[in-house]
Amino acid sequence: MDVSQYLDMFLDETKEHLQNLNDQIMHLEEEPEDEGTINEIFRAAHTLKGMAGTMGFQRMQTLTHDMENVFSEVRSGNLKVQPKIIDVLFSCLDALEEYTKNIQETSDEGTNDNEELIRALNECLKKEAPASQDKKASTPKEKDKKTDEVPSQPAEKWEQVALNDTLKNAIKEARADGEECYGINVKIQEKCLLKAARAFLVVRTVGEKGEIIASNPSMADIEDEKFDWDFTLVVISSASLEEVIKAAGNVSEIENVTGGILDLDKAGVFPGKADADQEPKQKESEQTAAEKKEEQPSKAPQDKAEEKEEDQTEEGTAATAEGSQTEKKAPPAGKHAGGKTIRVDIEKLDELMNLVSELIIAKNSIVSATQESLHAQKGLKDNVEYLERVTSNLHESVMKARMVPIENVTNKFPRMIRDISKKLDKKMELYMTGEDTELDRTVVDELGDPLMHLLRNSADHGLEEESVRISRGKNPVGSIFLDARQVGNNVVIEVRDDGNGIDVEAIKKKALERGVITAEAAETMTDKELIDLLFLPSFSTAKKVTDVSGRGVGLDVVKSKIESLSGEVEVHSTLGEGSTWTIRLPMTLAIIKALMVRVGNEKYAIPLASILSIESIHRGDIKTIQNREVINLRGDVIPLVRLFDVLEVVGDKVPAEEMTAVVVKKGDRSAALVIDELLGQLEIVIKPLGKYIKQCKYVSGATILGDGEVALILDANACV
Amino acid sequence: MNEVTEQKKASENRQFIVIRLMNEQYGIDIRNVDNIVRMQKITRIPKMPKHLVGIINLRGEVLPVMSLRVKMGLEKDVYEKKTRIIVVKTEQEGNLGVIVDEVREVVTLEDAQVDSTLDVRQDGKAYVSGVGKRENGDLISLLDMGVISLEDIN
Repeated sequence: MDVSQYLDMFLDETKEHLQNLNDQIMHLEEEPEDEGTINEIFRAAHTLKGMAGTMGFQRMQTLTHDMENVFSEVRSGNLKVQPKIIDVLFSCLDALEEYTKNIQETSDEGTNDNEELIRALNECLKKEAPASQDKKASTPKEKDKKTDEVPSQPAEKWEQVALNDTLKNAIKEARADGEECYGINVKIQEKCLLKAARAFLVVRTVGEKGEIIASNPSMADIEDEKFDWDFTLVVISSASLEEVIKAAGNVSEIENVTGGILDLDKAGVFPGKADADQEPKQKESEQTAAEKKEEQPSKAPQDKAEEKEEDQTEEGTAATAEGSQTEKKAPPAGKHAGGKTIRVDIEKLDELMNLVSELIIAKNSIVSATQESLHAQKGLKDNVEYLERVTSNLHESVMKARMVPIENVTNKFPRMIRDISKKLDKKMELYMTGEDTELDRTVVDELGDPLMHLLRNSADHGLEEESVRISRGKNPVGSIFLDARQVGNNVVIEVRDDGNGIDVEAIKKKALERGVITAEAAETMTDKELIDLLFLPSFSTAKKVTDVSGRGVGLDVVKSKIESLSGEVEVHSTLGEGSTWTIRLPMTLAIIKALMVRVGNEKYAIPLASILSIESIHRGDIKTIQNREVINLRGDVIPLVRLFDVLEVVGDKVPAEEMTAVVVKKGDRSAALVIDELLGQLEIVIKPLGKYIKQCKYVSGATILGDGEVALILDANACV
Repeated sequence: MNEVTEQKKASENRQFIVIRLMNEQYGIDIRNVDNIVRMQKITRIPKMPKHLVGIINLRGEVLPVMSLRVKMGLEKDVYEKKTRIIVVKTEQEGNLGVIVDEVREVVTLEDAQVDSTLDVRQDGKAYVSGVGKRENGDLISLLDMGVISLEDIN
């Protein structure tokens, strides 16, 4: 069966379910008795299994199946949640993630059977609950018996499918050939959004097992979604009824599948009567069952429940919970309740963004044209202003559409810290705030690795051993904080720990050892400058190399990654008390507000976000310290950067008594950039320079001005 | 289908755009060329190698521009009326503009007319992949745009 077209959907959903499982199991570890959590876990695992099965990823299916067994025992109370079980479950999730990764990359789940994990899972079951094993062994028999009884019940849905004589003859012939004819009824979960797609999958899967000869409603109606929540198929197959039902049940978002051997004497003979029967049934499902009808509906779901149990292992509680029709009607609780959101391909958003960029460029040229023309009518100017407002709002809306909460990356951290805690045998807690802070999607995607590095760093190098913490009078359980918040047009993310802090002397020693700095330089360097050495490639002060961090890669990667996102990273640390790593990122990347300036005969854009102030400087104010020009700006001595020289502008330098300088900041440092003229503020679209031009550190990109000219965007960070 | 015919053509005869640099004629394989535009204002980028003269706005996109003269070790460009920027396609690196003094014509050369054995290396770099001999006796140095464009990437 060709399921490749569903692969994307499968991957998306699988990732969601895995994340959900991770969260819930973390929760379970804290509150082993929480029934809601256990049910949620069970549901997620079950759906995952079904999905994997449908897509033909058998190893994944096997593993989830065994996990589900464990959850089921936990849910029925036969198995107590213990740290060991949690560990095994987490390793299973890792294995599943591995499968998912393989599938994403190669469309194949790989060949790792994870036999050890499966064995470990089964051991959990055996050791903890020998009694339940027995119970399990005995249940299938009971169920078999009940399934046999099903066909004898009157007015099953599959008996209402109209069959003409040709079909009946076909069934008879098939039976003579040793095949069997089944009727199956498939009920789709009511939260399912694409029931036609699910139905289609069921039809395909069942179609593989045998031949579908009839359906109610007709195939065309099923494809057009013209059915409530269930539909009926009549199948001729050489496979057993169980196999057919199982195949159909493996499709995700299928609530249950019931079926039986079709009795030709009953089936399709009295379509009129069947309809009459169907009506009250539907009513019952719609409203609270009237008392006198109680008997039938309560019986039907029970049968369904038991059959479900049979093919999908232990689902007793869920089925019982669904036992009453009224409860089924209730919308599924929890996160899955549909919000007002749609999924949009990121490429479509990018395209939209590009169009908005074009529009802004076009708008800018109209603006500059009307400003130049002296005779522009007032009406025109008003309309241009109006256009400016609209494009500005449009831009903002599109930017917002691209924003996602950083939760998308931070939600995997609690699990990571837990694992590190176990591995290092250090007790620690992760506290996160501001996970709902939003950033451009492209930024969020890139943010995961740097944050992970910093967290690991804090866990491994930052936090002390428990004994040390106790001797220092600290809480033996270390704390790591991850705080995100929006500050103006920036997002600030802080990773903080209450550990040892950074040992500046150790850095100095190490730097001297490695020859990174000279002895003289070491004497004059400030603590901050020494700490900044940590961001150099291959500089790790960890006394011992561990699995978690300390291989000498990391902080330099963090720095370069953050800077590639036009952000910056800083660290503050107090020895003995802990350190704080601060990441500052611009909220948007594609379009920014900038100050246009002229240097010589060239135009440059300086992002407003990095500008502190604009100053007028008299030549006499300039002093020199160690051969560098500086100015005293209201008590702060800041370096003066003559852009004309730094940028090697061609042309004649006009010496002036009064100069204009743009003061830019990077972290807590700043510099005054001397320019020739201020040209005004502009909304600019950042265009990448491409691969040919990458050597220039002063330029971060280019933009196209209203008159079609290209101006460069100054990277203020590089000037400070 | 299109590709097949193109390849077939390539094995028999190839088309070249004949350009002039100073007083020499060069040929650029037409398959490497996306577009030819008139000279326009080039925005200089600080601290770049001399032959990478800057960037221009090509229909809303930023296009890096290279001086073919400087790259080949000739004199600095003098922009004239006939100066053009040839937009060269590269495989993955995006487009690159090269400044030429003049675009003359398009010629079709058969394999037999191309001599690739001639060693015309400059500073040990093989920017020229061969020499084309035209019926009228003119010689055209055929530029290897792959080598020229990729050199700055690596």
